[in-house]
Amino acid sequence: MPVRIISTQQRVTAFLEGEIDHHTAAALRMEIDDAVQRNKPKTLKLDFADVTFMDSSGIGLVMGRFRTVQPLGGRLVVSNLSPQVYKIMQLAGLEKIVTLSKREEVNNAEIK
Amino acid sequence: MQKLNEFRMVIDSKSVNESFARTTVATFVSQLDPTLDEISDIKMAVSEAVTNCIVHAYPERVGKIYITAAILENSTVKIVVRDKGCGIIDIKQAMEPLFTTLGGERAGLGFAVMESFTDKITVRSKPEKGTTVTMYKRINGRAAL
Repeated sequence: MPVRIISTQQRVTAFLEGEIDHHTAAALRMEIDDAVQRNKPKTLKLDFADVTFMDSSGIGLVMGRFRTVQPLGGRLVVSNLSPQVYKIMQLAGLEKIVTLSKREEVNNAEIK
Repeated sequence: MQKLNEFRMVIDSKSVNESFARTTVATFVSQLDPTLDEISDIKMAVSEAVTNCIVHAYPERVGKIYITAAILENSTVKIVVRDKGCGIIDIKQAMEPLFTTLGGERAGLGFAVMESFTDKITVRSKPEKGTTVTMYKRINGRAAL
């Protein structure tokens, strides 16, 4: 599963693409954590706009990245979620620790 | 309930097969003309069951995963995912949301997702013999929209 990462000192944004499962999550984790450790950003954003499938491995990926940025004083934003993925993340209680937003809302906010 | 159509497959417990397994079952179910959400629910449930076989049933070796999907009456799909791996000692505990024996990157939500996205799930397991997960889902299909 490919991921494109754009890093500044303020923010690391990872644009995830395709299917997130147990098989693809390991490589994503390494690439994202590598960018976070190098830049120590205030915000890590995971963009799910081009994610076509996700199972609970995606929840593990988000929870794990929260644990990566939290000790560095950063926050985690997860955006462009499909309604179904948003539902699973809510089911998992992720909204208590990260900022979640669905596809339409973020598209509008993004124009700013 | 009578089986109207059925397929079986056996795959190695390699993570690269997770995508193959869920896509194959979803393709078989497509004869019921499911909605995109229903397809996604099926894929997710199968993905969780197969991932459990790979990471839990056969943690140190590659074993076989036996998958059966059947179309029953009333547009109901029955999916069985079976392994001959290490088995589950405490099924009730294993099915609790957020319970995981692995920690780290595993969320402990596999069974919770299977329960949420299917209508019924039963889990039978014997330590050192293996585990059988059986899931049922009624497909209302696009005609119902």
